[in-house]
Amino acid sequence: MENQIAIKAQHLKKIYRRGIEEIYAVNDISLDIQKGEYVSFIGPSGSGKTTLINILGCLDNPSSGKLSIGDKEIFSEGKTLSEKDLTKIRRELFGYIFQKFYLIPTLTVLENVLLPSTFYKKDGTENHASELLNMLGIDKRKNHLPGQLSGGEMQRVAIARALVNYPQILLADEPTGNLDSSRSHEISEILKDLNQHKELTIILVTHNMELARTADRVVELRDGVVKL
Amino acid sequence: MLSIYKVSYKNLLRKKTRSILTIIGVGLSAWVLASLMGFNQGYEASLNRDIDNMGFQVLVTAKGCPYEAATLMLKGGTGLRYMKESITNLVLVNPEVDKVTPMLMHAVFDPNKGESGGMSAYLGVDPETFPKMKSFLEFKQGKWFTDSKALEVVMGYEAAELEQREAGDILLIPDKNIELKVVGILKRTGTQDDGTIFVPIHALQKLFGKTGELTGLGIKVKKDANIAKFEEKLYELPDVQVVSLAQVKQTIMNLVSTAKVMVFSIAMIAILIAMVGVINTILMSVFERFQEIGILKSIGAMPWDIFKLIWIETFILCILGGIAGTGMTFGLSKTTEFLIRKLLPYTPTGSLIKLDFNLIAMTMLTVLIIGLVSGIYPAWKAARVRPLESIRSELN
Ligand SMILES: Nc1ncnc2c1ncn2[C@@H]1O[C@H](COP(=O)(O)OP(=O)(O)OP(=O)(O)O)[C@@H](O)[C@H]1O
Ligand SMILES: [Mg+2]
Repeated sequence: MENQIAIKAQHLKKIYRRGIEEIYAVNDISLDIQKGEYVSFIGPSGSGKTTLINILGCLDNPSSGKLSIGDKEIFSEGKTLSEKDLTKIRRELFGYIFQKFYLIPTLTVLENVLLPSTFYKKDGTENHASELLNMLGIDKRKNHLPGQLSGGEMQRVAIARALVNYPQILLADEPTGNLDSSRSHEISEILKDLNQHKELTIILVTHNMELARTADRVVELRDGVVKL
Repeated sequence: MLSIYKVSYKNLLRKKTRSILTIIGVGLSAWVLASLMGFNQGYEASLNRDIDNMGFQVLVTAKGCPYEAATLMLKGGTGLRYMKESITNLVLVNPEVDKVTPMLMHAVFDPNKGESGGMSAYLGVDPETFPKMKSFLEFKQGKWFTDSKALEVVMGYEAAELEQREAGDILLIPDKNIELKVVGILKRTGTQDDGTIFVPIHALQKLFGKTGELTGLGIKVKKDANIAKFEEKLYELPDVQVVSLAQVKQTIMNLVSTAKVMVFSIAMIAILIAMVGVINTILMSVFERFQEIGILKSIGAMPWDIFKLIWIETFILCILGGIAGTGMTFGLSKTTEFLIRKLLPYTPTGSLIKLDFNLIAMTMLTVLIIGLVSGIYPAWKAARVRPLESIRSELN
């Protein structure tokens, strides 16, 4: 358990082409993330934060470089897993939250949380959903529709949805981007708590320094490279 | 537990108006389709029934003999020609024949009828065969005579009105001084039977000195017989003319088939429109939900899961549309009939549209296939959404 590597990235590059112009959104980044670690990425807009964590989260493939999750090799010099295998890894290991919550407006809070289980189900998700809503303090709202909730509550629903299938790693891209400071604070407390008590590995992208500092490690990006 | 069906269904609730309009579109085309198929079944059936109501499809008469009561009246009861009763046997040898019934027509001038007198038409019929062939004739009073020599009559509705007779009364044939007993009065049929006085054939032959003679022979042909060929054979009999209702029917069916092609094209167009409507609705909702579908992918949905999700949505739309269409088909069948009647050159009296379980099953099946086919493209499109693309597109 101690010091086990959850994610190992070596020389990751992501190149976008716009006509003849080449953009190195991620330019040779290598890093390890330990199991149970809480890492946050900061940096100015366009510095490659989203691009990087999408690769780390197996949502996107790098142009070159290597990526392993646990002992599974995901990308290696142009070779990638099939979309199907990637989906399997994603739903087995990862939970994702984003700046927008993407809750389904016609499903209740509880149904939204249970949504992943219609595609992929680990044991006991039904109870787990209620537990999570309880833990996140929105159990009273479970039969409400997302439209009846505040932004902070909606993000908490999205967090519950991300956690319902017991992921090992939570990927959060600007989870507080749409929230005011006190709601942001609530979310940061929740993340810290999840990391400490559920041993959840958390990879966070944020502009918010206060939020970034709650992490074990803060990585700053600049023009696609890690700023030391 | 949250099922994928529930998720699909709730997705449709987001844009209620759009979903409802699509359902109505599918419903309308299901309605057109079901009505058309019902019409296909119903029209021919009721045309056949109309023709069956004549009792026989082929009438053989002596050459030059008027075969309609009206013509007979115009000719003042003269001009009748006679065939020998033995012709019956010549006709019966043909394998196409199901039943025959011999008839003797006779018209008498009745000076007491109306103001200046009028014609009375008597038809001698065989109590063995005639009532069976015209089994649809209904009685207002009494019933058929049973003895072909009995001095009894059955009166058509108008004949009875004119003569003011009831069952049990006596009818006197002018000049003959013979009393006939009225044993039955028919209900109105709207045909020449209404003005006819039916008399047992042998009694009528004897009364007017026509023993062994007939004016007509009604022939009911077997169901699958080749009527045209049979008629040709009949023409080989000496001195007869053949009047065929099958020819009349064929002419009508030909006229109708053109109309059928037209209605069928309308149904095809309706189906196409419904399909385009469904594809449009689902495709729009897929595009609107691009990011959300990406999220579903990132929370573990396989392409096939997304395909199913979207496909089920089209299914739900189409099934609800099918149900609505079936409802309309039954609810509006009278209106549909009215519309079709206006469209067609000739329409039989019975109901034109025949609805049954098979028809509904066929309609639902068609609608399901529409759903299946229409759903493929949008579902495929959605299934191909990559989780990242959708998350990315928030940037743009
Ligand atoms: N699909 C794409 N095609 C072309 N260029 C892209 C694409 N996605 C990102 N980029 C470019 O890559 C660079 C890094 O983008 P990225 O979204 O990773 O930055 P970011 O650090 O997340 O910024 P922000 O803080 O604004 O979210 C930017 O210059 C961006 O314009
Ligand atoms: Mg970003």
